[in-house]
Amino acid sequence: MTAIDPQQLDDQAAREARKAKIFTWINKADTWFTVLGLGWLTPIFRAIAGDNPKAQYKEIWKLAGVPVLAIVGFMFLWATLAPQVQTSLGAVPGPSQVWEQAVNLHEDAQAKAAKKAQFEEKVAQLNERLIAQGKEPKERAFTGAPSYYQQIWTSIKTVFFGFLIASVVAIPLGILAGLSPYANAAINPLVQIFKPVSPLAWLPIVTMIVSATYAVDGDGWFAKSFLNSAITVTLCSLWPTLINTSLGVSSIDKDLVSVSKVLKMSTWTKITKLVLPSALPLIFTGLRLSLGVGWMVLIAAEMLAQNPGLGKFVWDEFQNGSSQSLAKIMVAVFTIGIIGFLLDRLMYAIQAAFTFTNNR
Amino acid sequence: MKRIASILAATVTMATPALAELELEKDELTFGFIKLTDMAPLAVAYEQGYFLEEGLFVTLEAQANWKVLLDGVIDGQLDGAHMLAGQPLAATIGYGTEAHIITPFSMDLNGNGITVSNEIWEAMKPNVPLMEDGRPQHPISASALKPVVDEYTAAGKPFNMGMVFPVSTHNYELRYWLAAGGIEPGYYSPENITGQIGAEALLSVTPPPQMPATMEAGTIYGYAVGEPWNQQAVFKGIGVPVITDYQMWKNNPEKVFGITNEFAEEYPNTTKAVVKALIRAAIWLDENDNANRDEAVEILSRPEYVGADAEVIANSMTGFFEFEKGDKRDIPDFNVFFRYNATYPYYSDAIWYLTQMRRWGQIAEAKSDEWYFEAAKSVYRPDIYLEAARLLVDAGLANEADFPWDSDGFKAPTPAEDIIDGIAYDGKAPNAYIDSLPIGLKGAQTVVGTEVQG
Repeated sequence: MTAIDPQQLDDQAAREARKAKIFTWINKADTWFTVLGLGWLTPIFRAIAGDNPKAQYKEIWKLAGVPVLAIVGFMFLWATLAPQVQTSLGAVPGPSQVWEQAVNLHEDAQAKAAKKAQFEEKVAQLNERLIAQGKEPKERAFTGAPSYYQQIWTSIKTVFFGFLIASVVAIPLGILAGLSPYANAAINPLVQIFKPVSPLAWLPIVTMIVSATYAVDGDGWFAKSFLNSAITVTLCSLWPTLINTSLGVSSIDKDLVSVSKVLKMSTWTKITKLVLPSALPLIFTGLRLSLGVGWMVLIAAEMLAQNPGLGKFVWDEFQNGSSQSLAKIMVAVFTIGIIGFLLDRLMYAIQAAFTFTNNR
Repeated sequence: MKRIASILAATVTMATPALAELELEKDELTFGFIKLTDMAPLAVAYEQGYFLEEGLFVTLEAQANWKVLLDGVIDGQLDGAHMLAGQPLAATIGYGTEAHIITPFSMDLNGNGITVSNEIWEAMKPNVPLMEDGRPQHPISASALKPVVDEYTAAGKPFNMGMVFPVSTHNYELRYWLAAGGIEPGYYSPENITGQIGAEALLSVTPPPQMPATMEAGTIYGYAVGEPWNQQAVFKGIGVPVITDYQMWKNNPEKVFGITNEFAEEYPNTTKAVVKALIRAAIWLDENDNANRDEAVEILSRPEYVGADAEVIANSMTGFFEFEKGDKRDIPDFNVFFRYNATYPYYSDAIWYLTQMRRWGQIAEAKSDEWYFEAAKSVYRPDIYLEAARLLVDAGLANEADFPWDSDGFKAPTPAEDIIDGIAYDGKAPNAYIDSLPIGLKGAQTVVGTEVQG
C-alpha cells in the first residue's frame, strides 16, 4: 500500500503552480522581448526555469548563438580583408581602428563639454558685469562645434519632426482615399509620381521655398537648416503611411460597413469607432516604413545641404581627408545603422502596444 | 593647456574698455567657411578669443561648396563668410546670383597651387628644363603642358581640369597660367556659362576638398585649388603640384571676408567689431616672423576647421612647399595673412578680378575704366577697414605703421617681372591691361555662339 503524503502532493501542486506562473510570465515577456529584438532571452529564461533543456538549447543556439557567430565571422573577415585594400589615405580601417575612433569621438565630446562649461562660465561673468552696469543679462547659445553626440541628437530630433508632419498629413489623406474611391482616384496618380522622387531632388526645391517664405529675422522657432532637412524627410516619408492607411481603410470588412449604415452612424463615429480600429495595424506598418525611409533620407539630405546632424558629420570627415577620416565615417555608419534599428524597434513596440497582437 | 591659457587671457582682457567701446547691434553671428588653410583668420579669431573680446558670439560653420556658402550669406543663414574674391564682385555686378555683397577685409595673399596627376606630370616632365641638381626648374610654364594637351586633342580625348567656382581666383589663375603657356582655356558667353567655348583644356567646377578624390577617380587631369589640397595630392601620392600662385604673380590677392551690404548698413558697429577681431587674428598669424604658425597648424587640423592631417597643412603654412615627394622648396610667403597690407581691401585687387571676368567673357561687353572703378568701390570697403584699424591702434592692439592710412585704394602697379608672362598690371588702367593680354577678349569683342567677334 502506497500512501501519498498529502503534504507532498500539496508541495508538488504548489511547485507546479509556481512553474506555470513563471512560464506564463516568460510567455508574456516573450512578446516584448521579440518586439525589442531580445527574443533570444526567452529560451534562456525557459532553460533556467527548467523547461526541456535540450529543446531550449537548440532555440538558444538559433536565436543567440548563430547571430553572435555571424557577427564574429563578419568581424574576422573585416579585420583580415580591410588592411589589404590600400587607399590613398592608407589602408581601409579594420574593427580596431574604428573602435579607436569611436573612443576618440567620445573623448572629443567630453573635451567639448568642458569647453562648453568654460564658455557658460564666461557668459555668466559677462552677465554679472552687464547687471552691474544696469543692463539686461543675456542667455547665449554655445558657439563651439557640436560634439558627435549632439550631432546624433540633432538628427534624431529632425527625423521625428519630419516624420510627425508626414504622419499628420498622410493619415487623414490616407483615410480619405480609403473611404472614397473618388478621392482615391484623385490622390493616386500624385502618389505614384512623387513616391519615387529622391530626397536629393526635393532638397533644392525645399531649400529655395523655405528661404523665400520663412523669414528668420530675430529668432524664428526653428533654424532654416532644421526646417530644410525636416521637410525633405516629410516629403519622402509621406508615402508609405499614405498608401498603407488607404489600403487598411479600404479593406475593412464589408459587413461592418453595412452595419454602420444600418446604425446610421455619423461619419466621425464611423471613422473613430470602426475605420481606425480596423485599419490601425496597417497604418502602423505604414508608419514604421515611413520612419525607416525618413531616417535614410535625412542622412542624405544632411550630407548634401550641410545641415547639422550625422550626415554633415560624414560629409565633413570625407572632406577632411585626414588619416582618421575613414575610420570616423565607419563609426558614423554603425551609429546610423544602430539608430535606424532602434527607431524601427520603437515603432514596432508602439505598434504592438496599440494593436494588442504584434503581427497581424 | 595653451588653449585654456588663451581663453583665460581673453576673459581678463574682456574687462578692458574695448568691450564698452562699440554698441553692438547684433552680437550672435554665424560665419561660413570652406575647408582651406586661408580660413585661418576666422579660426584664430575664434580660438584666440578675439571675437569674444569684441563682445561677439560667433559660430563657425564649414560649408559644402562655394555655391552653398554664397547662398547662405545672401539668404541670411550666414551673417558673413570666407569668400572667393570674385564672389562679392560677381554677385554685385549681377553675374550668377545677384546680391550686393561687400568686403571690408581681405583675408590673405597667395595660397593656391596648380596640381596635375602623376600621369600628366610624367608626360610633361621631358618639356621642363632641369636645374643643375636634376630637379625641375621653377616656375614651370604651361608651355610644358601644351604638347600633352595637343596629344589628347589629337586623340579626340577631352583634356579636363578642375577649378573651384566660375568666379574663383583658381579659375582665373588656372586660365592665366594656361593662356600664358599658349593653351586656350575657353570663353564664357551669356548663353553658354560652361566657360568651355573654344577651349583646349576644359575647366569644370569641383569643391576644393574633393579635388584630390576627383583627380584620383580620373575625372580631371589637374586642378587649381587652395591649400592644403595641393599638398594632400603629394601626400596621397596621386599628383604633382607644378606651380604655386606665388610663382605666377608675387603676392596676389586671395580670399576676402564677405557680408551683405544690408548687414553692414544695419549693423555698422558689429561690422567694425568683426573686422577688428579679424585684423588681430591676421596680425597674430604673421607676427614675429610667423612664430605662431605651428599653433595655427594645430588649430586648422582640428576636424571642425580644415581637418586634414597637421603635417599636410604644415607644409604651406610654415614656409615651404613640397612639389614632387621629397622636393621641398622654401616659399616663405606662400600664405601671407598680414604683411604687405594683405588685409587691406585694395580697389586694384578687385579690378584685377573684374578684368579677368571681362577677359573670359563673364562680363559679356566692353566696359569703361570708370565702370571698373565704380564696381570696385561699391564692393571693396577700405573705409570700414580703416575705421576698425584706427580703433585697434588707439587701443594699443596694432601698430600705426602697419596700415596704409593715406592710400587711394590702388596698389602700386605690379611690375612685369613679378608676373609669370611678364605683363605688368596697373589697376588704374583696366582696359589697357585687358588689351595687353595675348589670349582673351579685347576691346569691344564679344562671344557669339562659338565665335569671338569684333
